[in-house]
Amino acid sequence: MDIELKNVHKWFGSVHANDGINLKLPGGIIQGILGENGAGKSTLMKILSGFYQADEGEILLDGKPVKISDPASSLRHGIGMLHQDPLDFPPMKVIDNLLIGKEGGLLPNRKQAVKEFKDLQQRFGFDIDPDSYVDMLTVGERQQLEILRLLWLGARALILDEPTTGISSLQRIKLFETLKILAKDGMTVIFVSHKLEEVEGLCQRVAVFRRGQVVGEVRPPYKTMDLVKMMFGKVVSADSRVYARSGENKLTLDSLSIEDYRLHIKNVNLGVQQGEVIGLAGMEGSGQRQFLRTLGGLMRPVGGKILLGKKDLTGRPYHTFLESGISYVPAARLEEGLIPGLSLTEHFILSDESRKFMIDRSKALTVTQDRISSFSIRGTPVSLIEELSGGNQQRALLALLRPQIKLLLLEHPTRGLDIESAIWIWSTLKERCKTGTSIFFMSSDLEEILLYSDRILVFFGGKVSQPIESVETSVEQLGQLIGGKGFQEREEH
Amino acid sequence: MSKSNSRWIGLSFRVGAIVLALLFTAIVILVTNANPLDVFSNILDGAFGSTDNFAHVIVSWVPLLVVTSGLLITFAAGLWNIGIEGQITIGAIFTTFILRSLQDSSVSPAIILILGILAGIIGGALWAALVGWLKVYGGVNEIFGGLGLNFVATAITLWLIFGPWKRPGIGSMSGTQPFPDALSMPVIGETSLSIWPVIIAIAGIVIIYILLSGTYFGLRLKAVGKNMRSAFLLGIPTTRYMMLSFLICGGFAGIAGALQVEAVYHRLIPSISSGYGFLGLLVAMLVNYQALWVAPVALFFAILNTGSIQLPIVLKLDSSLGGVLQEALVLIVILMEGARRRFMKKE
Repeated sequence: MDIELKNVHKWFGSVHANDGINLKLPGGIIQGILGENGAGKSTLMKILSGFYQADEGEILLDGKPVKISDPASSLRHGIGMLHQDPLDFPPMKVIDNLLIGKEGGLLPNRKQAVKEFKDLQQRFGFDIDPDSYVDMLTVGERQQLEILRLLWLGARALILDEPTTGISSLQRIKLFETLKILAKDGMTVIFVSHKLEEVEGLCQRVAVFRRGQVVGEVRPPYKTMDLVKMMFGKVVSADSRVYARSGENKLTLDSLSIEDYRLHIKNVNLGVQQGEVIGLAGMEGSGQRQFLRTLGGLMRPVGGKILLGKKDLTGRPYHTFLESGISYVPAARLEEGLIPGLSLTEHFILSDESRKFMIDRSKALTVTQDRISSFSIRGTPVSLIEELSGGNQQRALLALLRPQIKLLLLEHPTRGLDIESAIWIWSTLKERCKTGTSIFFMSSDLEEILLYSDRILVFFGGKVSQPIESVETSVEQLGQLIGGKGFQEREEH
Repeated sequence: MSKSNSRWIGLSFRVGAIVLALLFTAIVILVTNANPLDVFSNILDGAFGSTDNFAHVIVSWVPLLVVTSGLLITFAAGLWNIGIEGQITIGAIFTTFILRSLQDSSVSPAIILILGILAGIIGGALWAALVGWLKVYGGVNEIFGGLGLNFVATAITLWLIFGPWKRPGIGSMSGTQPFPDALSMPVIGETSLSIWPVIIAIAGIVIIYILLSGTYFGLRLKAVGKNMRSAFLLGIPTTRYMMLSFLICGGFAGIAGALQVEAVYHRLIPSISSGYGFLGLLVAMLVNYQALWVAPVALFFAILNTGSIQLPIVLKLDSSLGGVLQEALVLIVILMEGARRRFMKKE
């Protein structure tokens, strides 16, 4: 199917997310959509798939203008979208997930559906049991299921939004093979990503987005530097390592034990130096989050002590941790960090530690404008926080931190951000280290952990490794530890 | 779309809602075989027909304004203080207690009245604190806690009126023995209206407006109401702010109760809260929790309340027609708000 977009505009409040997009997406090829976070690519895809309506502009399918008013009508037109997080029904059977989206018929023809499902699977070499429950599947398999479901429902164009996040490399290879087969069969495959290698390796065409506009359309052979330039308007490079640790122990963990309903972390002994960065590696759910929350005063340890300097914080309430100079930055920005419905200015007023009664609005405005420019937040003082893109929300979250912090705890500080924002965020964090802040952060990106940590702790099912000097290890070694191999248990006390 | 443009659209949706509510009520009136125009003109006459009538409007405006002011605080913190009726009642009981205790003493009436109001504030705040305490430490939703305590407050009132505080001889639904004239607030001319409650009510809404729009306290309260989890991580003591908002709202409810005792009924009656608490919830919703609009909208409600009193006498209609109009108005305005959002999205 040929898809054509003409002069598409979309505003969210004062943010112009799509600014006159013109794009032709012919059938039979894999089309890459490249751009940093907040560049407008997700917005455009959501317009195509009916989640949003464009404020202006036209969508033509095979030359005919259509109106896509909701996701169901988008699918009726043959456009299927694979979301970053699978939109399925985990407690239900695979086959029922398939049938839910099917229109018409009070009584679904289950037998027929199972047969068609198996035929489809064969075509791509997938192996999902139609009678298993969705919550038993891996993320990669759920993605496969979603692709099959969309095809089964008659999709002739497939949009994939950052589809390689959270799946194994084997599943990624499988996914790419599948996409190639689909394109060969004449389908339009739209591959949205900010990962350069993937786009370069897979796509026959790439459209680059920046600030809501299409800034370039490129065909192979790709020159990486050119793509980067188009995405960011300038070339960025990763910081070389910065060391700020001072040798002086700032935080001491004395046989700290943490428990929740499924994890036991036992007897962690650790001294953390001033200015040191400690990366927490491990599969999601191996105990890193509980560990961070305990250090932040949000969970109470079942044993052991947390000492900041000489001060014993064990068992004290969160506010004492905060007042002592420990700050916690959660990954769920809009749920735990920011307050939807309040403006940027109001956020900065809330974060200032003034003991006054009345708010000085003009001073607050100055502070806000100042922070907006020094943290390069794309938004205005009156922008509501939920109107900002994810990357800008993350910048705002960091801009809200108190000026003097002794210990900073971060959950996935750069998850979902583009390279430029990630590098920028780490450069501000390293600045803090130079002034004596120690940092703990968890991340599922091993490169990030290797690049920015002084020492690394690997978590595996509640076990914590000995601290590893990051200069002495490699992605391979960490990868093995994360998988539970070569794990040296800490000595018990 | 420009800002002023969207404001005009918002306004026209509101005006449209009022027209629709009037139409709806007109249909209800037609069903009862009466003439809607007669009814509306009677309501207006009942409210503005004489100085005395208008004085009654203001008498009814004061408690409504006071409770709505308080409710803005709990709404800002994201709390539904359904228990406001009980808080008015307990405030009134505390006031009655002070007035009864001191009426025969040599303390000057002005001091007694002031002490009575302070006691009302304490009573309302205590009753609200109970709701807050149940919510914060007991995990009881404030709607259920508040509703339950409303019944308890009514029961206590009835027990006092028919028990310890009963009139000489026999207790009656007409309430406790009225206080001596010296304990009445001075009235304006021949009317039943006293200026002091009006001053207190206006000062109250001004304070709430400043609190919510210009202070750290107000902004933090809003943060708690919009996202408690983030507010907590930002360092706002969320439970303390929730308790404080209950205390403030309860205090305002207590003032309303005190004024009902001191300036309107001059005694404790069984239905001392007169439904002003629930009506206040409606007003707060109708103005979309904006302090600026509380006073005029509460006045409009007071006009309907007072104006419909004479419907049974003149037109043999039930006076609850005023209530029908009020509730239809709130429902339709909220409905139109939803319609406006969809409309603005399409624009």
